[in-house]
Amino acid sequence: MISAGIDIGGKDVKVLLLKDGKVLAKEKAPGGFDQAGVIEELMEKALKAAGIERKEIRKIGVTGSGKKYAPSHDVEITEVGAAAKGVSFLVPSARTIIDSGAEDSRGIKCEGAVVKDFATNDKCAAGAGAFTEAMARALEVSLEEFGKIALKSTKTVPINAQCAVFAESEVVSLINSKVAKEDIARSVNDALAERVVAMVKRIGVEKDVVVVGGLAKNPAYVDGLKNGFKTDVLVPENPEFVGALGAALAARES
Amino acid sequence: MATNKTEDKKELWRWVESRWTNPDIDWKKGEIISAGIDVGSVSTQCVVMVDGELYCYSNLRSGSGSADSSWRGANFALEGTGMKVDDWHSCVGTGYGRVNVPMSKKAITEIACHGRGANWMYGPQVKTILDMGGQDCKVIHVDEKGKVTNFAMNDKCAAGAGRGMEVFADFVGVNINEVGDRSFNINEEPKPVSSTCVIFAKSEAAGLLREGWPVNKVLAAYTSATAHRVWELMERVGVLPELGITGGIAKNRGVVERLEKELGKKFQPKKWNNPEYEKKDIPFDTQIAGALGAALFAKALVEKERGK
Repeated sequence: MISAGIDIGGKDVKVLLLKDGKVLAKEKAPGGFDQAGVIEELMEKALKAAGIERKEIRKIGVTGSGKKYAPSHDVEITEVGAAAKGVSFLVPSARTIIDSGAEDSRGIKCEGAVVKDFATNDKCAAGAGAFTEAMARALEVSLEEFGKIALKSTKTVPINAQCAVFAESEVVSLINSKVAKEDIARSVNDALAERVVAMVKRIGVEKDVVVVGGLAKNPAYVDGLKNGFKTDVLVPENPEFVGALGAALAARES
Repeated sequence: MATNKTEDKKELWRWVESRWTNPDIDWKKGEIISAGIDVGSVSTQCVVMVDGELYCYSNLRSGSGSADSSWRGANFALEGTGMKVDDWHSCVGTGYGRVNVPMSKKAITEIACHGRGANWMYGPQVKTILDMGGQDCKVIHVDEKGKVTNFAMNDKCAAGAGRGMEVFADFVGVNINEVGDRSFNINEEPKPVSSTCVIFAKSEAAGLLREGWPVNKVLAAYTSATAHRVWELMERVGVLPELGITGGIAKNRGVVERLEKELGKKFQPKKWNNPEYEKKDIPFDTQIAGALGAALFAKALVEKERGK
């Protein structure tokens, strides 16, 4: 049976096709100004990559903060539920999930796909991907580079501002006072990780800890989480597609 | 023309820098020349008083360092006056960069200075001052002499601060000076956008523009969110009449009038307590309150020194 998962995030839209527990295709693109159009395009691309026809898709599941923009579907699942389903499928031993997206971050305590507790911040960009994006922009490096160069840092500087808007001004003044880009990037990632760690600690942290969402692709952020939790954290392959995977799994079960 | 346009686009957040001199005062005859410099995170002001009368002031954007901003503010204020910083008998620094004002004798918190300055500008009837700064928003209770009795502050989040407004204006491509007027050029008052995070308000605005909302309506939704955010802070400390407003956003009627509606109260009109000043049409700049308060404190320092 083939099912599709659509994850409409704060920034990117993800589409994933699943057949009997195997990922056939996955596509993503920024939602931009026409999310419905982007979803349609991604679906076409995914179908082509998988070499199947649209009518072969039996069920469609949707998740993400932009669920309301979704085309017709069979199942709707919360972001928390989708992350738990997706992670438990990939890493059955997971007990704590950190889901760090563009506009929200979540800590989820789970057993298998069953959610025991969760904490979330979707009110403020301070703990989300949008924070690193703003800082990368100020440093004039790509998001990918932003995580990489941070690993070359030799020392950290305190970032006092919590607010992404204020932190951007702070980063600009650090640049002006000739602090190395690498050190600024490291400090920003540490500050971000610290905030997420504090939030997740509220619900308690149990091993294994798994990080998913777009930010999981940033090695410096993941490193910051490791230091904060004082335990190893696991990052599955393609962590940004875990929500879409969860939605596809939910669709399959329906 | 084409280059001009791109430059304009880049500078949408840029508000007008200004300076003013009182032509009726001969500073050389003054007994006490006192100055206040308010180095904020976004803007810097310098106010010079001669025997307790407003002589000149400047209002400009803060640079990369507080010392540099102080000098730029002082030089801009003194432009064309023939006065030099050495002629000052005393200077007080205030604001975020107050400890790095090289020409100051003392640093005093911006809360005390805003209380004192707003009291002088608006008059003793003002008991609650809302100061909407670049990176913070303060609600200050003062007595009839301008002495602070209580305050509340948000300096953690850009929602409700001037910098947030700059970022938003830039994002929707509207000159910051036009935001207030344009936010009323709408058919129907929309619901506010997210009042908690400027970054999220921006992506919400992108969604609204995508849905076909006119830019002015989006401005209305943002200014009303800002007003609501500030209202929450005011409610926390309480609102004692009369109300005075200072800072940069005080110039944005989109926020101020919506806030008045939520409060069910009006702010005092932006008029000098001193009728002479009104008669002479001295420009009432809400951004100079902190520096003005600092200049008043500087004057008091000189008087104390001279044993008056």
